[in-house]
Amino acid sequence: MNLSLKDIKHVADLAYIEIDEKQAEATLAQLSNIFSMIETMQSVDTSDIKPMSHSQSVSQRLREDIVTETDQRELFQSIAPQVQEGLYLVPQVIE
Amino acid sequence: MLNASLRELSKQLAEKKLSSVELTSFFLQRIKTLNPNYNAFITTNEEISLAQAAAADKMLAIGKGGALTGIPIAQKDIFCAKGWLTTCGSKMLSNFVSPYDAGVIERFNLAGAVNIGKTNMDEFAMGSSNETSYYGIVKNPWDTKAVPGGSSGGAACAVAARLAPAATGTDTGGSIRQPAALCGISGIKPTYGLVSRYGMIAFASSLDQAGPMAKSVDDLALLLNVMVGFDARDSTSLQRPQEDYTSDLERPLSGLRIGLPKEYFAKGMSPDVESAVDSALAEYRKLGAETVEVALPNASLSIPVYYVLAPAEASSNLSRFDGVRYGYRAQSYSSLTDMYRKSRAEGFGPEVKRRILIGTYVLSQGYYDAYYIKAQKLRRLIAQDFTEAYQQCDVIMGPTTPTVAFNLGEKSTDPIQMYLSDIYTSAANLTGMPAMSIPIGFGDKNRPVGLHIIGNYFKEAQLLNVAHQYQRITDWHLKSAV
Repeated sequence: MNLSLKDIKHVADLAYIEIDEKQAEATLAQLSNIFSMIETMQSVDTSDIKPMSHSQSVSQRLREDIVTETDQRELFQSIAPQVQEGLYLVPQVIE
Repeated sequence: MLNASLRELSKQLAEKKLSSVELTSFFLQRIKTLNPNYNAFITTNEEISLAQAAAADKMLAIGKGGALTGIPIAQKDIFCAKGWLTTCGSKMLSNFVSPYDAGVIERFNLAGAVNIGKTNMDEFAMGSSNETSYYGIVKNPWDTKAVPGGSSGGAACAVAARLAPAATGTDTGGSIRQPAALCGISGIKPTYGLVSRYGMIAFASSLDQAGPMAKSVDDLALLLNVMVGFDARDSTSLQRPQEDYTSDLERPLSGLRIGLPKEYFAKGMSPDVESAVDSALAEYRKLGAETVEVALPNASLSIPVYYVLAPAEASSNLSRFDGVRYGYRAQSYSSLTDMYRKSRAEGFGPEVKRRILIGTYVLSQGYYDAYYIKAQKLRRLIAQDFTEAYQQCDVIMGPTTPTVAFNLGEKSTDPIQMYLSDIYTSAANLTGMPAMSIPIGFGDKNRPVGLHIIGNYFKEAQLLNVAHQYQRITDWHLKSAV
């Protein structure tokens, strides 16, 4: 596994995290070491093994199709960072 | 009050020798005086805590109290609690006051317990030393030059420094057991799915599990009785009959088979930790237990597997923190995308960003099979190792950590050294099996050592029994850091 500065910048871009040149270089050094450690996984043959994504063998539970939410508008308005005339103020998204 | 068990406190409350308001005020005052030394708490709220205490006193007055009614409990700041600042140790959530209670908080409230405050933690539970919190490092009460462990370091410190009678923690790779060991207290991570994750801010959803931290195993059993239970709002919550975790505590241990994995005793453990573990095993033999060597051939892969799966899940879970939906938002930006990038760059600390980048990479096209799926397959192999080991033994024992608490700053610039702190604990999260740590003595620089006890699925009562029997004949758990 040979990570490059380009990889780090690309991954940061995918993750929506701004990263400058100096941070990218420091991250490259740390992630290269971490991936060297992770690479030890490749020494084991797992071709016949089924992936395990959950510790219990359970199926997805479904609930009744009924409304359970209650009206908490006043509470949410009271703790929102910015409100005006009963509306939530959010950043401009249409330029 | 300082060193009293939960049963003793509960008895005094029930007999009206003590009120919950008095008890809560006592611990609030201790926090006010001593927290500046340790930084174990991020938030206290005297008004809410005392109101809960007064309500508990009313319940007790009419004889409606249970085992935890009126008892102050420190809550890890990962649990949403209505009306409380809930930061998860991050700048990203530094302005987030929760509008609702987590399942765990609800259960404590129903039991009449008092929330004494929100404890410090590694940012989004990512860390093994409690040095990544936006709210500053936590210090180990046994030696303030040492780390308390992480990520539930604030919780472990609060109990060890007697700032609270008990606390909650969460454990994704060892975050209850590792700080419990380094701070000389008891802690248990139950089987995955037994405690609701509703309202517990998610780090790695298939690994995260909440559990109690306390002075003794008897206290843990009482706390677990409240914490465990089905919650329909958590899709991974398990529907099982309610257990009384105190009922098996006194069972004798004769005939108990303790499995000792040769891989855990081969290398890496410091001599002082090894000596304390050997002494603890000798006590178990006196109690009638026998020890058998077992093999966990894939145990050494736990850390690499963990550092693929946990960051992968974290990168997904933390995508919701984008400056729009929750918490911190950058002050200046040129476009919507720029706002996401700047908000996340400024709102997250270095360790969180590092793990998001690892997770994003291992989930990206071309690497998904080689890393993520490979790790999921190895996870099954690790679980199979444990299942096979339990054919030969009832519980597995070993050290909780390879060394005693390390010095503040000692590993903070070397992520891999830090990650190796959880070398013995992360397998129980990958497999979902219950595991705990109890104090068994002191090592280098008189810092505490913990014994790790791992059990098969749903064997919490047996683990508590095994650990309690040790605490009946030893007094390490009664030693106080203050």
